[in-house]
Amino acid sequence: MAEKKTKKETASKKKETPKAAVSAKTEKAPAVKAPATEQKKARVGVFICHCGTNIAGSVDIPDVQEYAKSLPNVAFADNYQYMCSTPGQSKIIAAIKENDLTGIVVAACSPRLHEPTFRTATKEGGLNPFRFEMANIREQGSWVHMHDREGATDKAKDAIRIAVAKASLLQDLVPKTVPVEHAAMVVGAGIAGMQAALDLANAGIKTYLIEKNPTIGGRMSQLDKTFPTLDCSQCILTPKMVDVGRAENIDLMTCAEVENVEGYIGNFDVTIRRKARGVLTPAEAEAKGIVGGGCNGCGDCEAVCPVIKPNPFEMGMKPRKAIYIYHPQVVPLIYTIDWDSCIKCGLCVEVCGEKKAIDLEMKDELVKVKVGTAILATGYDLFPIEKKEEWGYKKYENVVTSLEFERLICASGPTGGHLVRPSDGVTPKKVAFLLCAGSRDNTGVGKPYCSRFCCMYSLKHAHQIIEKIPGVQPYIFYMDIRSFGKMYEEFYYRIQDEGAKFMRGRVANVLEDPDTKNLLINAEDTLLNRPIKLEVDMVVLAAAVEPAAETDRTRKLFGVSRSMDGWLLEAHPKLNPCGTTTAGVFLAGVCQGPKDIPDTVASAEGAASAASIPIHKGEVELEPYFAQCIEEKCAGCGMCVNLCPYQALSLVEKEGRTVMQVTEAKCKGCGTCGGFCPGGAIWMQHFATPQIIAQIDAFLIGGAK
Amino acid sequence: MADEWKPQIMGIICNWCSYAGADLAGSARTQYPPDIRIIRVMCTGRVDPLFILKAFTDGADGVLVSGCHFGDCHYLEGNYKGAKRMFMVKSLLKNIGLEDKRLRMTFVSASEGAKWAKVVEDVVKTVTDLGPNPLKELAP
Repeated sequence: MAEKKTKKETASKKKETPKAAVSAKTEKAPAVKAPATEQKKARVGVFICHCGTNIAGSVDIPDVQEYAKSLPNVAFADNYQYMCSTPGQSKIIAAIKENDLTGIVVAACSPRLHEPTFRTATKEGGLNPFRFEMANIREQGSWVHMHDREGATDKAKDAIRIAVAKASLLQDLVPKTVPVEHAAMVVGAGIAGMQAALDLANAGIKTYLIEKNPTIGGRMSQLDKTFPTLDCSQCILTPKMVDVGRAENIDLMTCAEVENVEGYIGNFDVTIRRKARGVLTPAEAEAKGIVGGGCNGCGDCEAVCPVIKPNPFEMGMKPRKAIYIYHPQVVPLIYTIDWDSCIKCGLCVEVCGEKKAIDLEMKDELVKVKVGTAILATGYDLFPIEKKEEWGYKKYENVVTSLEFERLICASGPTGGHLVRPSDGVTPKKVAFLLCAGSRDNTGVGKPYCSRFCCMYSLKHAHQIIEKIPGVQPYIFYMDIRSFGKMYEEFYYRIQDEGAKFMRGRVANVLEDPDTKNLLINAEDTLLNRPIKLEVDMVVLAAAVEPAAETDRTRKLFGVSRSMDGWLLEAHPKLNPCGTTTAGVFLAGVCQGPKDIPDTVASAEGAASAASIPIHKGEVELEPYFAQCIEEKCAGCGMCVNLCPYQALSLVEKEGRTVMQVTEAKCKGCGTCGGFCPGGAIWMQHFATPQIIAQIDAFLIGGAK
Repeated sequence: MADEWKPQIMGIICNWCSYAGADLAGSARTQYPPDIRIIRVMCTGRVDPLFILKAFTDGADGVLVSGCHFGDCHYLEGNYKGAKRMFMVKSLLKNIGLEDKRLRMTFVSASEGAKWAKVVEDVVKTVTDLGPNPLKELAP
């Protein structure tokens, strides 16, 4: 008992604190109106939205409106079919003037959707836009209690009561405007990153393009042909690669990774780690005083290098040296040393001679740049399909992935474009393509989602072998053929006409004949409802895709969330697919979710356009949810200074004592300091302690209950 | 009477993950019990222990604090700091003789609508089993 009483006293005592804080605040900055004095004359208007039947179907709107009218501080209540419509907004504007309102509550959908709309209406009515508060009675009301009209109605009443309590205490706030750096950054230089960087550069924006590999081009440069037009992938990609290499506005950094990100939209301070590639570019050589030196891509070093390693670009099926380029069309054409395999024999340095391009003692370098906005285009990796043991990848030599197949069928690949079996180098006559290999997989081993481009490239693969190998028979094992794009369905018909055999059913397992190395496929034809046993020469697994290995590290640096499946989370799946919840950071290409090349390019152009808007505007408004110090209450303990993740707080000497000071441009308004301050000396604008306490009181002890 | 009693649960949830997750549950029409009321803050780091104690002295039967997963915080590490405080409040509740199960902290991301519905269901069940907040009867 005694304990409980003590607690209650403490709580009520603490309740006084915020009020005291308010008056202190008023003395300090008279521009900010004190809620405590205004509380008595607060006049709040409540507007309840039907949202058609979305809300009205589960919430008794007239009842809620009557209830709202009975609440303290409510001067006006109304309802409308669609509050977000022009007539709906006009109601707010008119009511503010007619009823001399000081705060607005709209009970409708989520503030994440329409808060900006109604803030604008509030402003048009002559009030400060931050005197608006939203009660979410749709996403967190009618939609989740569709069959509980009483429960949903009660919840809506409570939500409005809580919102009115806050609206009665809201203050006028002014957003802070900050300048935007006239530069952008794109992370990842596959087709998405390249397109985004080119668009930004062509719009006159200095663009830093960061790529972890020694060359740009990404996954698309590994492909042979592209569906459904059968354009050669390299032929359409390399002109863009050259453009990127030449663009004046693009600062291309290969062998580079983002090391650290600080700041906010308009002013990101990014630290980039330029990994030592061991070879100087002509520009770097000139900077070091080596005239006419630097790597010219002649390849003499590669010829003398004694170390042989598998080339990852060729999926390990072609050798490379310890000093290497991925393929002849790389941009930039600069050799790179693989430090893990280099034995530092120095033969390359010798043969390079006067060019002095090779530096075996090169060290990583950290570069700092300032950018206004950033685009993530970090792409994908293949799902490690050996995890699906039943198909025998990495166990049987003649089971390959689709990406390995691309290299095997590509004229610049390890076999010069002649498709052969890895086990014996013989041209296969029967090839099986297993679709949804690890995609649409609910066993917990694979991925639950559709990887979206496997159906189409497998059709293309079937076409390619029919074209190249006389008498070959492709078998396609599929769940559904998803040929949804422009001219895709037509391409599907074409492959059917060309003689590929389609079997609807997932393959149960693949077994190897140890003598011939042929593969035995056990499957079920679900259309004919009978089991299939089929012997083929080669199996191609259309493996699922997953976010590239470094995606998680990069997204955390930029503060971007991820979806449940690991792909990066867009701000809105339909209406803001390129944006993220971190202002100034955008997504392009497959890192947001599987996309084919046309969709990837479209999303990159969208991201570039979105990223260029704040830069061209030159300034952005930051939400004014800053922390403020109530100096009279601040004991100068400095606990908050250590808590702030943005170094926005510092201790200063004022009138002979130590108090905390906020650098508003650095404060992002999380409130971590305000949640801790033992003296209640931190005023979190728009989420101030008295406002939140009022919400709690309104919920539990307030209203007409 | 006992059958009709419904718990009063206060949810303080962060704008970027759990609030968005709760919105997603809504657009997916995932149904869950209506016995929770939401107060939105920008980050669970904002949650002052005072808010929790105030809610319990006001008679709340349960409090749910929900934020981003560790490592996913929109403000880098606010959720770690929020979570740390919740441990403190829990031990405080225990010390004053109130079941610490009445306070729950969870981590629901913006893409976990289904998880949000489960969390609310679970919290409502836990609090219903515990019964009314004894402080409510003591309240003047």
